[in-house]
Amino acid sequence: MTVPMEENANKRRVISLLVDNQGGVLARVSSLFCRRGFNIDSLTVSATNDPAISRITVTLHGDENALQQLILQTDRLEVTRQIFELNQDASLQRELLLLKVASDAGNRAQLREVASIYKAKIIDLSPDSMVFELTGKPEKIDAFLLMFQGYTILEMCRTGVTAMERGGMHPHMQKPPQDVRAAQFPLPGNH
Amino acid sequence: MKLTGSQIFVEVLAEQGVDTIFGYPGGSVLNLYDELYKNSNRIRHILTAHEQGASHAADGYARATGRTGVVLATSGPGATNLVTGIATAYMDSVPLVAFTGNVATTLLGKDSFQEAYIEGITMPITKHNFTVRRVEDLAEVMRSAFRIAQSGRKGPVLVDIPKDVTAAQCEFTTREPELIRTVTTYDAEKVREAAALINKAERPIVYFGGGVRSAAGCQPLRELLNKASIPATYTLMAAGVLNYGEPLNLGLLGMHGCYATNKAVDEADLVIALGTRFSDRVALNPEKFAKRAKVIQIDIDPSEMGKNVAVDLSITGDATYILQAILPLVQPANHDAWLAQIHRWQQNDYHPADSETELKPHQMIDEICRQAGPEAVYVTDVGQHQMWAAQYLHHTKSRGFLTSGGLGTMGFGYGAAIGAQVALGNKTRVVMLTGDGSFHMNLNEGCTAVSYELPIITVIFNNQVLGMVRQWQSTFYGKRYASTDPCRKTDFCKLAEGFGAKGYRCETPAQFQAALADAMAQKGPCWIDCKIGKDEKVLPMIPSGGDIADIIMN
Repeated sequence: MTVPMEENANKRRVISLLVDNQGGVLARVSSLFCRRGFNIDSLTVSATNDPAISRITVTLHGDENALQQLILQTDRLEVTRQIFELNQDASLQRELLLLKVASDAGNRAQLREVASIYKAKIIDLSPDSMVFELTGKPEKIDAFLLMFQGYTILEMCRTGVTAMERGGMHPHMQKPPQDVRAAQFPLPGNH
Repeated sequence: MKLTGSQIFVEVLAEQGVDTIFGYPGGSVLNLYDELYKNSNRIRHILTAHEQGASHAADGYARATGRTGVVLATSGPGATNLVTGIATAYMDSVPLVAFTGNVATTLLGKDSFQEAYIEGITMPITKHNFTVRRVEDLAEVMRSAFRIAQSGRKGPVLVDIPKDVTAAQCEFTTREPELIRTVTTYDAEKVREAAALINKAERPIVYFGGGVRSAAGCQPLRELLNKASIPATYTLMAAGVLNYGEPLNLGLLGMHGCYATNKAVDEADLVIALGTRFSDRVALNPEKFAKRAKVIQIDIDPSEMGKNVAVDLSITGDATYILQAILPLVQPANHDAWLAQIHRWQQNDYHPADSETELKPHQMIDEICRQAGPEAVYVTDVGQHQMWAAQYLHHTKSRGFLTSGGLGTMGFGYGAAIGAQVALGNKTRVVMLTGDGSFHMNLNEGCTAVSYELPIITVIFNNQVLGMVRQWQSTFYGKRYASTDPCRKTDFCKLAEGFGAKGYRCETPAQFQAALADAMAQKGPCWIDCKIGKDEKVLPMIPSGGDIADIIMN
């Protein structure tokens, strides 16, 4: 089935990047994105079960070409071990939201109702404000935020997406790193 | 055995097969230099006038030999002076390892004297870079640097070493030189597809770049061309891979390529792009480039596939292996009609007019080739003289034309010529072609050529102006020569003598012939200042963003 051009161009894509866990790795990745002009929606860095490896999750909107260039250029970095696009249907994506809204006795009950429908937690309550915590897919966070159009948002932060595929170990995780796959030759001048 | 960081530095260099490095001392690298002093019988250190010259020299050394060039500089200004040289090597995929000293780890990040965050500065212009914070990591990091510089698509690597690391001690054991990691595999199905496209094509053309030189793929390329009678054209980075005068060699492609070459790519029904990246100086308009052709792209770097121009078939891998795989599947062909057509275009191509009395760039280059011969190594700076050299030199050696292609670094030439002459020894003739603009940038390295008695012949195409920019101002800016006519009064002969080199001044072809002949007999460096017209142009020219329809022939 062919995806219509427009839909393809605007698709939100999630890329998983496994990198060496060392100083400066985020600078290398973000410097590359900046230099190549890739337009990133969000980027998260996290630890993995292997202390030598960090996982970076990148989301972006773009067409197939932009995505391929991002993947191939990032793959050239020495710190990159694996990079692959996550299948949207077969992956778990979560984001965390902290939202501080102006509230007083007059609207506290309405806000609590919105929170309870979305299963958001109220983690701070002050005489003039309330802080919500919500975890979910980016779409759910977007929808939750829509409910606050009539209110005064004082502060907000979203962590960006962190994601992995469902089921057993993802095939990409089992591929040996590139230096194992490539053949080895003596340096020139050392024959 | 316990060694200091400095001793490990020298031991790993020797272990990795390095016998020559270029550099400039300073506070942060005193320990390293002290150790180099003690080991001067194992590692030859060439001192330049400026770190930029050292970085270009290491680059020239690598371009001339295929081995990894090594440069060493101190922290802060020493390190930042390497930046242009590293970027030049990065753009042209030249294997280079740059070592910089830095302030002690306890002083890092505190704006200490002569501190610069060179790791951050060079991140976008190196394949990879390192700061060594523990002496225990030094040997491994240095080995990785040599491996990375030569593996896959080659390029520069920087290793930053704080001063206390060069003094600290740890256990060290020598190892074998690092092995390069190169992809030898390829998609066999795609190779069959490529061969089928080649067999079906009526108007095929090969367009190749520096990747063929890096892969040492000259011979399989020649076999492919001859087997199926496919004409070939090249980028600046691949001049010399095919011999001058080979019938299927159409010459340079792109902005200053011949009319016939650009026309052939425009009319072709199949373009086979080998080790090249469709840069904006070749595919001037990516929408119109080779618009009638199916395009096959073969490159070692997967990220180049379709980056600039859409391709129909891409094969990732080493050009030599892929060409060898394609060869047996290609059927012999003659393409007579196509070659005859190209020949007719060549008849009507741009041909510069000779002169008996004035120096003309193309005649000067003919004379240089006649006297210096096909075994010489030619080095250029950047500008009009570089394009003339690319167009008119009788290229015959794959590593015989050293030029800054991607970055277009004015001032590249003298350092690179020093690197090449040091690498190849004084029996090899090294000729540098430069312009008065480029030469003014780094002629300070004249002292280096004198100190080390390097018989580099420098031919200065002196038009008294910044010719390439002036040419654009003439054509596109209504002859408003903004800052390109500096009225310099430099006397290159006296300047050469001041450095301890020999200088010549020429205004006629006869004078030039005699000066060059005299320079060929000298033991040390010679500068030949040649007066050419201010309005000599590089032709043909296709403006940026244009195509064959926009070509300027006069």
